[in-house]
Amino acid sequence: MLSIPLAGISIPFLSKKQNQRANITLLLLFSSVFNVAAMDESSRNDMKLELRLAPPGAEEQQHWGFINGIRTTTTKRDESSVLSLGYFPHATITTTTTTSSSSQAAALPLHNNNADKKVANTAVPNTSQKRTAPGPVVGWPPIRSFRKNLANSSSSSKSPPPPPEHHNKVVVGGGGGGGGKGMFVKINMDGVPIGRKVDLNAYDSYENLSNAVDQLFKGLLAAQRDSSGGGVNKLQEEEKVITGLLDGSGEYTLVYEDNEGDRMLVGDVPWHMFVSTVKRLRVLKSSELSAFTLGGKQDKDAT
Amino acid sequence: MKKAAYSFPEEVLEHVFSFIVSDKDRSSISLVCKSWYEIERWCRRKVFVGNCYAVSPPILIKRFPELRSVTLKGKPHFADFNLVPEGWGGFACPWIRAMAGAYPWLEEIRLKRMVVSDESLEIIAKSFRNFKVLVLSSCEGFTTEGLAAIAANCRNLRELDLRESEVEDLSGRWLSDFPDSYTSLESLNISCLGNEVNLLALERLVSRCPNLKTLRLNRAVPLDRLPNLLRGAPQLAELGTGAYTSEMRPDVFSNLAEAFAGCKQLKTLSGFWDVLPSYLPAVNPICSQLISLNLSYATVQSPDLIKLVSLCEKLQKLWVLDYIEDDGLEVLAASCKDLRELRVFPSDPFGLEPNVALTEQGLVSVSEGCPKLQSVLYFCRQMSNAALNTIARNRPNLTRFRLCIIEPRSPDYLTLQPLDDGFGAIVEHCKDLRRLSLSGLLTDRVFEYIGTYGKKLEMLSVAFAGDSDLGLHHVLSGCDNLRKLEIRDCPFGDKALLANAAKLETMRSLWMSSCSVSFGACKVLGQKMPRLNVEVMDESGPPDSRPESSPVEKLYVYRTVAGPRLDMPGFVWTMDDDSALRIS
Repeated sequence: MLSIPLAGISIPFLSKKQNQRANITLLLLFSSVFNVAAMDESSRNDMKLELRLAPPGAEEQQHWGFINGIRTTTTKRDESSVLSLGYFPHATITTTTTTSSSSQAAALPLHNNNADKKVANTAVPNTSQKRTAPGPVVGWPPIRSFRKNLANSSSSSKSPPPPPEHHNKVVVGGGGGGGGKGMFVKINMDGVPIGRKVDLNAYDSYENLSNAVDQLFKGLLAAQRDSSGGGVNKLQEEEKVITGLLDGSGEYTLVYEDNEGDRMLVGDVPWHMFVSTVKRLRVLKSSELSAFTLGGKQDKDAT
Repeated sequence: MKKAAYSFPEEVLEHVFSFIVSDKDRSSISLVCKSWYEIERWCRRKVFVGNCYAVSPPILIKRFPELRSVTLKGKPHFADFNLVPEGWGGFACPWIRAMAGAYPWLEEIRLKRMVVSDESLEIIAKSFRNFKVLVLSSCEGFTTEGLAAIAANCRNLRELDLRESEVEDLSGRWLSDFPDSYTSLESLNISCLGNEVNLLALERLVSRCPNLKTLRLNRAVPLDRLPNLLRGAPQLAELGTGAYTSEMRPDVFSNLAEAFAGCKQLKTLSGFWDVLPSYLPAVNPICSQLISLNLSYATVQSPDLIKLVSLCEKLQKLWVLDYIEDDGLEVLAASCKDLRELRVFPSDPFGLEPNVALTEQGLVSVSEGCPKLQSVLYFCRQMSNAALNTIARNRPNLTRFRLCIIEPRSPDYLTLQPLDDGFGAIVEHCKDLRRLSLSGLLTDRVFEYIGTYGKKLEMLSVAFAGDSDLGLHHVLSGCDNLRKLEIRDCPFGDKALLANAAKLETMRSLWMSSCSVSFGACKVLGQKMPRLNVEVMDESGPPDSRPESSPVEKLYVYRTVAGPRLDMPGFVWTMDDDSALRIS
């Protein structure tokens, strides 16, 4: 790895600690690039004064300079003075293999950094693998919520479907759904300050919903444990899978508030009934459950 | 103002300028010289703000004191797919308040992906005497109470369009708040509302507004009330039905067919929730005059769709579910030679196995048979380079091509290779391509193609693609006309972003989520580029509680003359100069 004496660069408006961080960042930023381009000694010496990333020989290339350790000011002319990366270092051209014959676009030489990325080069038949039902990826496929669950909410068979539901209560119709469910409900979890929203349309069973809740919150929960524990570099904190949401066996239990304000355990009623009455979800610590009498009116908390 | 030695006095210039309507041209005029700038800004009546945070209400009002029409867009496009957390921003209130004071003669407000409160609607209702057009597209935050205020107070309202907004529907009573003396309605779109509106009030409203051209009902309007509505508005040009189902009674059908036949001007149809297939032929009398058909909620099978579509010889725009299948698209290709736009939506987006016989072949057929096809949005489960190649060669006049192969990273199903070459063919042959969405297995190579050939590309959407920063670099350095770039789940990081920082000032915005951009790089970008707002979204806590090298969850970068915004929620951090001090 190239050693670049960046430690001496001081950015005036940052504290010492931030300067150190900035230097580390810059080091990380540039080092991998320098690995690509084998710079010569004279160029390296230049680096002491000036960080300059450009194709070798491209003298007129704009550069972003830390001259004498002081950040150059951004004047109008400096507008284009940003890092410009040379991606055409040497003759090391590794093109990804394709079977197509119509590749006329090889004008730009490619440097494929990821030689370990086999996917593009070999025929990985991932479509032939047996797929288990994964939790839905957020926002994928990219369709609006009111387009989801059309096949379920309206029968596509020949028999006439039941007449449209007639809610007398508050209905949030999203987009084109009018009565037909584009259903986002808020969900809060004990110990996580920021609530989320889940689209109940995306799930057709309690199991899927439980999986989704696990996906949504386990990362946040781990992060909360991080920050409460002092927050220094605890990236290895295990993301514990959140299980047993529905049967009371886990650390957390999923409850909901229905349209009458009652707090109920999730899972007791048939799914479609749940969907039509749920207003809000909560993930509570199972140990706290006994403190709540489920079914009766609760004190509404501020959130 | 000094008068230069012009042949034309100001008034003449103003008159000439009044014929220039395109925003771009208006902008060019204002750059000619100072006096033209001055004249132009006083006579500008219409403004489009593509990103409400790129500018601020005071700045807008100061420059354009006499506006009659304002369009604002708020959240980034990926908000449509639930990628932008609630509370992110896009609040309309400050704008509406400011405009209420500055533009008493404002006539039109169009908002997209913004948060609008009932209070804002009340302000609109009470502040603008000549208010005519309210379009709330994919907005949220308001209830039917706000709509009641609009209905009750806007005497000159022509257009009320709530398309795809999330409205808290407290009651359908609001529609009755239009006074009996009110007759100027020309366009009404309530398709997003959940509850039933007062049907009698609706019928009366429709029949007393002689200029009503567009009526889009919500699902709760029963089919048997439709004929009455249609008879009250035979001049209707665009109709969105309610639920398209009813008890099977012979008179309902004939009534409906007769009512449709009476609408000689009807050219656009939508709605069609809960379709009872045997009722579809009721629209047959007008099929030959239809230019736009939205069947994207119609869960009927291919044969029924084919019967309908084959009669629509003038069709220019078709939105449909994948129930249409390859067979149906082949019929479409044979029958609708004037087709300009096709959107095929997935009926079962989360299913793992295909539930319909819709493949790449359907799209190929349409590309072969429809010479005017320009705009495509297509969801499918398999694609091949060969098919894309064919489509590209058939239809070099494509301007919008959005392909979503449902399973991320799906390769060419025939060769199991990446789809780089196929999309490469698209950008190479379709020289006027302005919008492109990618999917499937893609390497950096596809971005090389895009950077090389996508010279007219303005908007690019990328997901689960690429190998390295090189991909991002190709796009940012090659696409000269790029305005909006949205990326999710791609291994793009700091290098390409920082190397192309200047490019970002030429674009409206950049969205990157679940990529590899480090917090440190975001800070560097924010500090280096004062005319960009670099916003980091992280719901798990302040980004500086983690190492600088750790990737940020979501990054949204946009150019602005208004500086960092002041209405950010707790999970958004701005990477500007002084915020570097603020964070620590």
